[in-house]
Amino acid sequence: MTAAAAKHQPFAVIAEFGSAAELYHAAEHVRDKGYRFWDVHSPFPIHGMNNAMGLGKSYLGYIIFWGGFTGFTTAVLLEYIPSSFLYPLIVHGKPVDFYTVPAFFPIMFELTILFSAFTAFFGVFILNRQPRYHHPLFTYAPFRRVTRDAFFLVIEAVDPRFSETGTQEFLTGIGGKDVTLIYEND
Amino acid sequence: MAETQVSAPNMVPFEERMPRPPLVENNRSMAWITDVIAGIPEAKTPLWWYITIAITGSIGAFGVFCIFYLLFTGVGVWGNNIPVGWAFGITNFVFWIGIGHAGTLISAILHLCRQKWRTAINRSSEAMTLFAVMCAAIFPGIHVGRVWMAWFLAPVPVPNWIWPNFRSPLMWDVFAVSTYFTVSVLFWFLGLVPDLGTMRDRAKSKVGKVAYTILALGWRGGNRQWRHWEMAYLVLAGISTPLVLSVHSTVSFDFATSILPAWHTTIFPPYFVAGAIFGGFAMVLTLLIPARSIYKLHDVITWNHIDVMCKIILLTGSMVGYAYVMEFFVAYYGANPYERFAFLNRYFGPMWWGGWCMFTCNVVVPQLFWVRAFRRNLITVYFVAMCVNAGMWFERFSIFVIALHRDFLPSSWGMYYPTWVDIWTFVGTIGIFVTLFLLFIRFLPMIAMSEVRTVLPEADPHYHPPQPISATGSEGITGAHA
Repeated sequence: MTAAAAKHQPFAVIAEFGSAAELYHAAEHVRDKGYRFWDVHSPFPIHGMNNAMGLGKSYLGYIIFWGGFTGFTTAVLLEYIPSSFLYPLIVHGKPVDFYTVPAFFPIMFELTILFSAFTAFFGVFILNRQPRYHHPLFTYAPFRRVTRDAFFLVIEAVDPRFSETGTQEFLTGIGGKDVTLIYEND
Repeated sequence: MAETQVSAPNMVPFEERMPRPPLVENNRSMAWITDVIAGIPEAKTPLWWYITIAITGSIGAFGVFCIFYLLFTGVGVWGNNIPVGWAFGITNFVFWIGIGHAGTLISAILHLCRQKWRTAINRSSEAMTLFAVMCAAIFPGIHVGRVWMAWFLAPVPVPNWIWPNFRSPLMWDVFAVSTYFTVSVLFWFLGLVPDLGTMRDRAKSKVGKVAYTILALGWRGGNRQWRHWEMAYLVLAGISTPLVLSVHSTVSFDFATSILPAWHTTIFPPYFVAGAIFGGFAMVLTLLIPARSIYKLHDVITWNHIDVMCKIILLTGSMVGYAYVMEFFVAYYGANPYERFAFLNRYFGPMWWGGWCMFTCNVVVPQLFWVRAFRRNLITVYFVAMCVNAGMWFERFSIFVIALHRDFLPSSWGMYYPTWVDIWTFVGTIGIFVTLFLLFIRFLPMIAMSEVRTVLPEADPHYHPPQPISATGSEGITGAHA
């Protein structure tokens, strides 16, 4: 293990906490200490954790707005280019002019929704750096309980304040259990 | 002074006087929830599952045979003819699309309204939505007559460079239903990712591990992931809300924009949407009550959940009842003899049984749910749900077929008789629907575990365990920051 450990870079220090409340308060400590590359892992989204971590509201919503805008524009072009220029069709006695705009609304609405949904779906996974098949945290066996009932706090080695011993002592100090150093796998 | 003393007992907070019933009963822990729900797909396939899927799969396969028989022979194998040019195909299409609406209502509208009880039922209802929309999408596809020309529905120039008419309600329907299906899939899968992470972390077999690892997309439950995930979930709920209201409205435009008596009414969009939610909740109960009993999920899908769904059925059932009566009144008050005749014909014409089945099953029977004892009895709940399932099918039958078989001129009157292909194609889609649902509960967690965990008391970051527990040694959990 030591030989294997020596040739691997440390990836992060992980500590387990007993409950959502404990994890919440630990996150406040880590935030106040000034760490930047760290995360808390929980089996469900914890209400208010963004504040405890010093993260703002997700900015995904702004991206989705532009997705929806693109959808709306696509629908306008998709409907008006054929209906006005390529092959004007006069059905139900309705010419293509300003007064017949409402009949074009349903498709504009649907494509706005459709493009927003695609942006939301792909946006969340791009922002989350997903999909990925493997991750160094998966090598730490107790971490499998994070999708069941366990709470973990991880401080990554890339953080400027990270030090192998100092960070471990800090996490123990704020109540972390089973503080462990995890190595990069390659 | 005396007055404040008198009112002092009333100062007790509302939550203490009338505590909310717990959403998960018997103080179940996160571990229990995970083990029970994830344990369903992990356990050995039970015998009943093989037997059931053999039956439903055979029925579904026969439905597929009927579809191929139709495609190779022509629409003449159906009972449709002038004047009833739209019959079982459109009835089944609207019936299935409507079923789907309850799933989206539960996942989207109830999420925005912070109705936390939805967490126990949203996953399976969303799956139900997908399967119902798949069944629905079959019918317009095979009703076009020459199915190899179904691509004319796509927004591309057909031969002769004629583009589709974007102002046609049928074209709106294509966009609405395909958008609805796509958004429902994305929403469902987004919610599924954290639970697939659970399945991955618990998987024992090699194949299961690889499959769930790929599907979980590397989910680690980090708050930096949850943060965007919650926003995406919220936005999808927000855009699905107008979407679900629009889909059945658009379906109703297929009829409302025509000039036929009994179709040409402005009440159709809200009436269709209420009916869709009504029929969808009945189907949710139809599927979940057996699943709950078989898998002993009584602590997660509690009596309170069933009770609330029954109340929604009562509400929406009364709304469609109001619509039935109101369109009857408007036909009388509108003084259009054709409109009056169409509505009298619905209840007193040669297909009177269709109209009365609809009215009895959809309006009269759900009134049982005014009584609490009937909302908390599986037999009555299941009876009403089955009545509503049948009633909503007859509603569409009444609207479409009964309106069509009496044309404007008596010389053009006709009757409609379904053929065995009509009937078995519909029964076949029920087989396909149940088969897909059985596959779903076999391979995927049928309850959103990550969401049910959030409704437990200990999910609150400011929760402190009750006094006896902290006195026996777990003080360290909250003691430092209490």
